[in-house]
Amino acid sequence: MKSRRHSTVWWVIWCCAIVLFVVHQDFWYWNDRSLVFGFLPIGLAYHVGFSIAAALLWLMAVKFAWPTHIEEWADRNDAASQPRSEGRE
Amino acid sequence: MILTFAQTSLIPLWIIIGYLVLLLGLGVISSKFFKGTAADYFVVSRSVGSFLLLMSVFGTTMTGFALVGSTGEAFAKGIGVYGLMASWSGLVHSGVFFLVGIRLWAVGKRNGYMTQCEYFSDRFESRSLGYLLFAILVLLLIPYLLVGVIASGRFLQATTAGMFPETFAMTLPNGNPHPLTGALPLWLGSLVVCGVVLGYVFFGGLRGAVWANTFQTIVFMVTGVIAFYLIAQKFGGLQAATAKLLASENAERTARGSQMGSAQFLTYCFVPLSVGMFPHLFQHWLTARSAKSFRLTVVAHPIFIAIVWVPCILIGVWAAGLFADGGLRLPKNPDGTPISNAVLGAMINQLVHSNVLSGLVGAGVLAAIMSSLDSQFVCIGTMFTNDIVVRLAGRDRFTDTQKIWISRAFILTIVGVTYGLAVYMMGDDRRSQSVFALGVWCFSGFAALFPLVFAAVYWRRTTRAGALACVLVTTAVWSVLFYRDIFAEKAPGSEDEKLIFGMMPVAIIFAASAVTLVVVSLITRPLSTATIDKFFDPLETN
Repeated sequence: MKSRRHSTVWWVIWCCAIVLFVVHQDFWYWNDRSLVFGFLPIGLAYHVGFSIAAALLWLMAVKFAWPTHIEEWADRNDAASQPRSEGRE
Repeated sequence: MILTFAQTSLIPLWIIIGYLVLLLGLGVISSKFFKGTAADYFVVSRSVGSFLLLMSVFGTTMTGFALVGSTGEAFAKGIGVYGLMASWSGLVHSGVFFLVGIRLWAVGKRNGYMTQCEYFSDRFESRSLGYLLFAILVLLLIPYLLVGVIASGRFLQATTAGMFPETFAMTLPNGNPHPLTGALPLWLGSLVVCGVVLGYVFFGGLRGAVWANTFQTIVFMVTGVIAFYLIAQKFGGLQAATAKLLASENAERTARGSQMGSAQFLTYCFVPLSVGMFPHLFQHWLTARSAKSFRLTVVAHPIFIAIVWVPCILIGVWAAGLFADGGLRLPKNPDGTPISNAVLGAMINQLVHSNVLSGLVGAGVLAAIMSSLDSQFVCIGTMFTNDIVVRLAGRDRFTDTQKIWISRAFILTIVGVTYGLAVYMMGDDRRSQSVFALGVWCFSGFAALFPLVFAAVYWRRTTRAGALACVLVTTAVWSVLFYRDIFAEKAPGSEDEKLIFGMMPVAIIFAASAVTLVVVSLITRPLSTATIDKFFDPLETN
């Protein structure tokens, strides 16, 4: 069962993912040829930043919304699980 | 298609040979750890830790396109290619690993699955669905394999041009020497690559592929960065390189401008969803020791994509500036347009003049190609063994040793058939070109089936009829749009899909797939409670 805190974190992560999805469409830099650090076109720099933001989003998901119950479920032997032989020579 | 200009030094070839020998050695060492069980051969006894999972999944996901294709695309379309292909992939791939991969790993571990079709046929209580998916997945994988085998042959041919002028002399129809005279013939280069991949997966199974992928991923990441550094130095630094581009008539490459549409840019997000349905990636997920092994993969994947793609994108746009000023010579298509896939090789040959770097980058490109091929070969062998032979003959009919040898026989056959097909395709430029066009469409096919896997792990109400209808409608819509694409008029040398109202065709197929799955599931009989209990954690609310 998900705790209230866990559910809240999930919502925050989903909201961040949606925001990232929306801001990927950076029409504001579509025709902008200016440079960052004197060599990196701003449209490219923005999307490098986007990649870093994506990594941070998934870091947050891994840290605060890790599906511990899935891991426990995978290790649990119960009537519903039907493990097959994995070692018959 | 010609990739680079001729050179005569044998150093690049020796470096590539050394690299291939190292790979074979790695395969031999990995086979020493083989435990003799089917689970060890097919899913490494579910023992792979965080680092190996990250490297093997990343290596499998990235093909030769990540180095050669990305540079060429940036040369032709500018920096927008990164946002179109790479940054979407960073967000979406990790999302799929986190949301779908971990759940599939858990179900696979609980029920001892080794292939995607085993999972889907049990999940939807339908052997027919398993067989149908088997046929579709194998048909979608074959062009993907062919692209890898043909690309490796072409790349080795271009890299070795001029090295053996007497043994492999080639002439043009007018009697003049062919630009690729003295190069290893396509059939030989592809044969060497197939042989090496077969060498390390035949005995070691997926462990051989995981170890080799880890090594190959390191190689293609490092070589890309080294090439970038040396090329930037030759320009006189990063700022000088970009300044040269801005001063040229190709300055528009520093922005997206009119080089791609906003609907295309948006709908490209569907393409990376293909990782959710790649059967070879499914098999890699099952190798994880625990769910925690996924953590590093989920977080580091977007950063790894940036490390590989950003240098290549910059090399590509800098090349456009240099080319506009006449400072870069490129081989041309029959219509006179420059061959964009030749850009990386040409930049190294004409700017850096280093045989060692040419060899290293050659090894890096082959690494990227082979790190996908190996997993695909093992995966098809595993699918034939488990989804066809074992399923038809009965689960307890064969011992593990017999299953492993059946799989090896299939892998050998698949490598042979793929190689034979590749040689046939390479015999004619138009046939060869059609394989590459088909390869692009394969990604759309896998991506359009994503609603099926997502519903399978999240939506208990998904029904057998819904799943079957989803697969059939996806196949039908894909076939119609693919047929339309074959007869479409495209820019010369283009292998891209024809857009629909400015959107990627995958968006249409995906929508049809998702709507069909939901509607048919809602109007048909739900699956039994026993099946639902088998695939969903009872403590988890849905």
